Amino acid sequence: MNLTYKDGFIIAVYFAFVLGIGAVLRRSTKTGADYFLAGRSIPAWICGLAFISANLGAQEVIGMAASGAKYGILTSHFYWIGAIPAMVFVGIFMMPFYYGSKARSVPEYLRLRFDEKTRGLNAISFAVMTVFSSGISMYAMAKLIQILHILDAPFQKAGLTQAWTFHASVLISAAVVLAYILLGGLKSAIYNEVLQFFLIVAGFLPLVWLGLKNTGGWQGIKATLGPGYTHLWAGLGSPHTNRLGVEWTGVCLGLGFVLSFGYWCTDFLVVQRAMAADSMIAAQRTPLIATFPKMVFPFLVILPGLIAIAIPANMPATNSSGLPASTYQRGIIPAKVDSISGQPVLDKNGNPELDYDLAIPNLLLHYYPTGMLGLGLSALLASFMSGMAGNVTAFNTVWTYDIYQSYIRRGMSDQHYLKVGRIATIAGIALSVAAAYAANQFNNIFDMLQLVFAFVNAPLFATFLLGMFWKRTTGHGAFFGLLSGTLMAAVHHALTIPEGAVPGIKGGWMAQAHVYPSEMAQNFWTAIIAWTACFLVTVGVSLFTQAPDEERLRGLVYSLTPRSNVEQGPWYRSPAGLGVAALVLTVLLNFIFR
Amino acid sequence: MDLRKPIGLLFSILGISLMLFGSQGDPSGYRQSLGVNVNLYWGAALLAFGIVMLFLTRQKPRPTS
Repeated sequence: MNLTYKDGFIIAVYFAFVLGIGAVLRRSTKTGADYFLAGRSIPAWICGLAFISANLGAQEVIGMAASGAKYGILTSHFYWIGAIPAMVFVGIFMMPFYYGSKARSVPEYLRLRFDEKTRGLNAISFAVMTVFSSGISMYAMAKLIQILHILDAPFQKAGLTQAWTFHASVLISAAVVLAYILLGGLKSAIYNEVLQFFLIVAGFLPLVWLGLKNTGGWQGIKATLGPGYTHLWAGLGSPHTNRLGVEWTGVCLGLGFVLSFGYWCTDFLVVQRAMAADSMIAAQRTPLIATFPKMVFPFLVILPGLIAIAIPANMPATNSSGLPASTYQRGIIPAKVDSISGQPVLDKNGNPELDYDLAIPNLLLHYYPTGMLGLGLSALLASFMSGMAGNVTAFNTVWTYDIYQSYIRRGMSDQHYLKVGRIATIAGIALSVAAAYAANQFNNIFDMLQLVFAFVNAPLFATFLLGMFWKRTTGHGAFFGLLSGTLMAAVHHALTIPEGAVPGIKGGWMAQAHVYPSEMAQNFWTAIIAWTACFLVTVGVSLFTQAPDEERLRGLVYSLTPRSNVEQGPWYRSPAGLGVAALVLTVLLNFIFR
Repeated sequence: MDLRKPIGLLFSILGISLMLFGSQGDPSGYRQSLGVNVNLYWGAALLAFGIVMLFLTRQKPRPTS
């Protein structure tokens, strides 16, 4: 399958609009507040769509379809229990303090509520994390484009080797993201995220429709794949009766509470979108508006995974990886191939492992004629760029305000910090590109880094929950709580191991006190332990240290902040009404796919 | 800038282009999309979405609450 000029044209039109938005916004980006906070001037619906789009990076889109193919509809737990409740909570209960405190970033909120060291810990770990995750996502995307071989022909014509598809994917997408953020800052990133949101829907929706038509609809998929793939809750009584290998307590507490609230309520990447809203009530509505598209996204990104393995076998398979279509294939998902030996990768039972990451790309090649293929690829590129732009805008703000202005040069002019922010944007993208190439070389180091990030992130929500809702929480309590949470996560990981894994990066490197039925179960319980440790230590240390001055906490803590009595309008415009509607619909979806 | 304008323009252009691709060219190219001329139909859907967005820009912007 090769691209034609038609696909090229569609992709070019999309790129022109992306850059055009940046160019138009350049004129209105004059101050630091314009660049880092989008002038706090964005209406709620735009912030809401950007809120999910920033999270919808390439890794999310590719990864969710891959999990859909691997685990089935169970993957929707990552959306319905693993996102919606937390998004409702952050909108109704936490946004008043984030937005109301006038903090310019999440670490800055920690500075206002607690102290300098808690902010420093959070700011530095967050800055490092964003650069690496944007690099890893860039690597994943470029690798995918290389595997698909769709760009081979034009590159061959130009006399360039295949390795150049990797270079070109990394460098061109980085250059485009750099250009539009440099020009218009956060506003440009947010506007483009909304554009990308609509493009992702436009690119993937016909894929789902064709796929369902081909596989006989949901009933057909149910008949082909069996109940193991098509039920959400039926097998969750025991870790051995469902494909995730986790029981319902692990799913509800680990994923539904600790991991989900930790991400959606504290990660500046998403919270920054709501902080850019034009009013308090718009900031509150941002995550709530986002819940509605979020709850139907499983049908757009997870369902294709199920379609990919359910496609009737007698269809001529489009094989993008250059392998002969073999018995190893399931649906249109081929076996994973070792990049050095060229042989299929086998699991511990000697069965070939499937390359689930190819679910969406192979579906695009399978169903889309030239023209639509260009639209589908634009959607992939859009998801990739929105995720990267989210990381970069969060990075430049935290770097400029929480690190540079706090620890390197205080008290400079607004124009000075604006310049620093622009340089940070360039540096952030350059570091991500470097990280993408490093990931290509040192895969294991990156697995380890992601593990460390998971340890750092796991306890965060305990700190914010106590900080916002218990006025007695002190800075020392928060700081040592976070450290012990991270430490306990590492200890728990060192002492436990998933079934059948080799001690090392997968855990059990100190001892094997407990064997989990799956890696997922181990991850969830690591998070639960980290959260609990952070919660208990924060409470303990707080009680033994001097209580913070209540006057200073006004607007930062629930019990010390007067309720706002802003006119909220009819129920479908008020945060509480939207939140309840989102939760009711989510329960309904869980019931339908029980 | 009213964001609905660039969104409307982008989707109108994408829709018209896809419809053009769909209306000319060889219908046997649509075997892989189960015989459905997706370029034509989805192009029309995108164009409709684009026009709705452009139409909305003509309305007064909602008051920010």
